[in-house]
Amino acid sequence: MKVTARDKGLVGCRHCARVWPMEKTRCDRCGARLVSRDRASLQKVWAWWVAGVMAYIPANVYPMLRTRTLFSTQEDTITAGAFELAKYGSYGVAAIILIASVLIPLGKFFAIAYLALSVSRSATMPAGRRFVLYEVVEYIGRWSMIDVFVVAILSAIVQLSVAAAINPGIAAIAFALSVIFTMLSAQSFDSRLIWDRIDTSEKGAARG
Amino acid sequence: MDELIACPHCDALYHVGRVQKGKRAVCDRCHAKLIAPRKAAGAHIIALALASVILVIAALFLPFIGISRLGFSNQATILEIAWAFSGGPMLMLSLATLGLIVGLPLLRLLLTLYTLIPLVRDRPPWPGAARAFRLSEQLKPWSMAEIFVIGCAVALVKLSDLARVELGPAFFMFAVLVVLLVIQDTFMDRWSVWKALEK
Repeated sequence: MKVTARDKGLVGCRHCARVWPMEKTRCDRCGARLVSRDRASLQKVWAWWVAGVMAYIPANVYPMLRTRTLFSTQEDTITAGAFELAKYGSYGVAAIILIASVLIPLGKFFAIAYLALSVSRSATMPAGRRFVLYEVVEYIGRWSMIDVFVVAILSAIVQLSVAAAINPGIAAIAFALSVIFTMLSAQSFDSRLIWDRIDTSEKGAARG
Repeated sequence: MDELIACPHCDALYHVGRVQKGKRAVCDRCHAKLIAPRKAAGAHIIALALASVILVIAALFLPFIGISRLGFSNQATILEIAWAFSGGPMLMLSLATLGLIVGLPLLRLLLTLYTLIPLVRDRPPWPGAARAFRLSEQLKPWSMAEIFVIGCAVALVKLSDLARVELGPAFFMFAVLVVLLVIQDTFMDRWSVWKALEK
């Protein structure tokens, strides 16, 4: 059973870890706002989450890349592009793209939703494991941006007059927005909320 | 209250003991790194940050990647790569890309230098240093130089059957930059910096 700053009537700064009396609203050391538990954070989490999911739909429906070679023009959505690569034998890259732009985004949506829900309901997963899940989401979320960068690199250099040209599709912007919104959603989450429930239930007292 | 530290990730409260250089204090509950002082960390970070600034700026103007096919060839610098989205509504994406791969890494380096240079020389911190350091910490997840380098590797494989691909000097500078940024981060002990700023 760990003693938290809140148990001692203190508030810890989330930016510089300095400890202050509970009444204080701003950290004198780093200037950040002090909140013992940011309940409003869940609203921000859900707002960004919804925006992220909404942007993810056009990101998959519209083409990400327009490829023009000597004899053909082709528009590929994210998944179609990956399957195309797999067809020509580049299984490794196809797997990277599928993982980075389908598996990770979907996994993130589920993980954030689960974490946010588990704060207000009883969670089956122990707090330690949920925190690891949160860290993974925070760490891995930014890597989805790789797809947007690949599109940028391809479109910038594959401009070979009649021989071949690649241009970005409108899905690129939707995808980038989805990644950004999801990152903001994960960042809005106050991870200290993960640990509270076990502590309060162990003590048998509910505290706000 | 000076000798207390609250884990920013789980609110566990600890007494700040003396942490030897090279050792680290980790939160028992969530295993977050709390305090990890290193020997001559400030000087190392400043040296690495200066080298990184030079690399970023120089890499901007040199060719990053080039291809050739059927007698046509083309190459692009980082600025041109970010500018790939410049048509119409996607202009925003160009600006965002430029910010994520060059702008924010560069800004973080400058903020770090601004915070640490006076501290290392045992002078009082420059005005606004606390805000500068906090901003630099907040921007950390948005600084995506390393993701861009890996993206380049993916693009390379995607292009390998379409055309001949050549990596330019800027690519290698960026690869070195990513390594420097990682090393710099291992030297950075937030708690020591905040302590020094408070004095």
